[in-house]
Amino acid sequence: MFPDPLEHAANAGERMDWLLKFPQLDPDWLLTAKRAIDGSLKALTRSYGQSIEDFFYPLLQVLIFFENVMANAPWPLIVIAAGALAWFASRRWAEVAGVVATLAVIGLLGLWVDSMKTISLVLSATIFSVAIGIPLGIVMNRYRRLGAGMKGALDVMQTMPPFVYLIPVVMLLGIGRVPGFIAVVIYAVPPIIRLTDLGIRLVDKEMLEAADAFGCSPSQKLWKVQMPLAIPTVMAGINQTIMMALGMVVIASMIGVQGLGLNVLQAIANQYFTQGIFNGFAIVGIAIIFDRISQAYGRRLQKHRGASHD
Amino acid sequence: MTKSQTSIEIRNLYKIFGAHPEAHVEAVRRGMSKEELGARHSHILGLNDINISMPAGKIQVIMGLSGSGKSTLIRHINRLIEPTWGEIVIGGQNVLEMSETELRDFRRTGTAMVFQKFALLPHRTVIDNVTFGLEVRGVDAAAARATGLRWIERVGLKGFENRYPNELSGGMQQRVGLARALSNDTSILLMDEAYSALDPLIRTDMQTMLLDLQKELGKTIVFITHDLDEALRLGDQIVILRDGSIVQQGNSQDILLNPADDYIQRFIKDVNRGRYIRVASVIEPASESALPQVPAEMMLEDAVKVLSDAAASAANVIDAAGRIIGAVTLRTIMSVL
Repeated sequence: MFPDPLEHAANAGERMDWLLKFPQLDPDWLLTAKRAIDGSLKALTRSYGQSIEDFFYPLLQVLIFFENVMANAPWPLIVIAAGALAWFASRRWAEVAGVVATLAVIGLLGLWVDSMKTISLVLSATIFSVAIGIPLGIVMNRYRRLGAGMKGALDVMQTMPPFVYLIPVVMLLGIGRVPGFIAVVIYAVPPIIRLTDLGIRLVDKEMLEAADAFGCSPSQKLWKVQMPLAIPTVMAGINQTIMMALGMVVIASMIGVQGLGLNVLQAIANQYFTQGIFNGFAIVGIAIIFDRISQAYGRRLQKHRGASHD
Repeated sequence: MTKSQTSIEIRNLYKIFGAHPEAHVEAVRRGMSKEELGARHSHILGLNDINISMPAGKIQVIMGLSGSGKSTLIRHINRLIEPTWGEIVIGGQNVLEMSETELRDFRRTGTAMVFQKFALLPHRTVIDNVTFGLEVRGVDAAAARATGLRWIERVGLKGFENRYPNELSGGMQQRVGLARALSNDTSILLMDEAYSALDPLIRTDMQTMLLDLQKELGKTIVFITHDLDEALRLGDQIVILRDGSIVQQGNSQDILLNPADDYIQRFIKDVNRGRYIRVASVIEPASESALPQVPAEMMLEDAVKVLSDAAASAANVIDAAGRIIGAVTLRTIMSVL
């Protein structure tokens, strides 16, 4: 037992002690438990670390490939591609000009390569999140009881401070791209799952009735009616996922993810104010590009959903 | 196209909404009232002992105010709502005994439905909405398109195939809804307050279109409405519902001339009777031959016009073959109106 300051202060006696001090599990027992859990996790890492790494090796190759494509591509190509994407999504020149100008400023500040690394990780994490998030959202919608359990898990994932789940990821996989990627996906996937579920739930009851009345099978109903009508909400989820991924990429620099986040981390450690602010602005710029493109695309998809011109 | 041979028989149909509907069905069958069921067991009596025999190839109107159970009733025919008790026999087959696959098949090929708020898919063009039922059924895309285009033209929307629903007015959207239902070429057409959301003039146009189509198609149509004029105009047979029970059923002449109770009486008070009562309904024995002639199917409104044009106080009534089958006097007409 550790000496308790309260005990000394409240010398009046031990009668009030139980009221002032919250009953705690035996500290020795807690310590043993913590040691046991950490120990077994470490043992797990020691015995399976290599096979876990082997398992994720293909993922690592994909991530490296993406990063090389983005970082080594001729810069005019990237600018043109980004501009074309903005045009395709919004059909407005103002959006294209904004995207190109933002990229130009990032490049002029000397942050081109770091930005490309960040963008490539955000993009690959987003693609992966969408690929697993939409099916999970559908599952969550269809199986209500399982969905309730998933909702609890998502709540935990979203409120747990991200630094905490960096720990097991690092213990199992060390530092580098793959653990960074996994941490980003865990952080970014909840919105897309939730909003896919929500989007399907928000589909008009009368539409579902029409689908039933025409004899849709459950899968026809899902793919011909529910999913198309849920798309605007799903797009909002994708937008959220991108933003969360971008936020997490900065935090994941603590476990060896390269890019703009690492520069910010260095700037904090060394009190380089200007470096911090430049990189910070580059991140904001990238966030705005992603946000505008995905929102404009979402809006265009909804062109025919407005109120009737009756 | 051949006239539909499919009749719909609804027998002893009960629907109770609530946590344990089965537990109360016996009490309701023994005569427990809607109020008592609601107050003592907090269950809602949706439909109470409904018996209707809907003839094949005719328009059956189900009329009632909101809360009368009419929309619940039509949804029992394709089993969008499961009944608590009763039988629905369509073309000799009991809908309630169908397995899930049989039911899906029945919905695909046996019935088509038109909805009050259209229920068009906003992400699909007019043609893609119209062919939805065929697509669900697995009809080849080119064939479905050809059928769809034919019906789009038939409902007067040629040239709008590639528009989206929100680019169309309410009346046009419901034409799309009708074309979607007709494309399925089913013998039964279910219309759930299909015209209630439309402006009066457009509503009249749509009623005319439906009557024209029906002359050609002879489908078994179940038409739900809360508008008595619409019911009288369209219905070969009319059922009037109140609080989930049938108050009266019969054709328009029965309802106008022999209202079952005060409720129906109040209902028909403000209707222009001359427009819906036929000469045949007020016929008397013929006495003279030198009178103007009116067909038996003519509405009183028009007969009055014939009489006043001829400055006569009576007319002879002739049947479709032109034979005199009776007479009608201005005095009787006026007493009925």
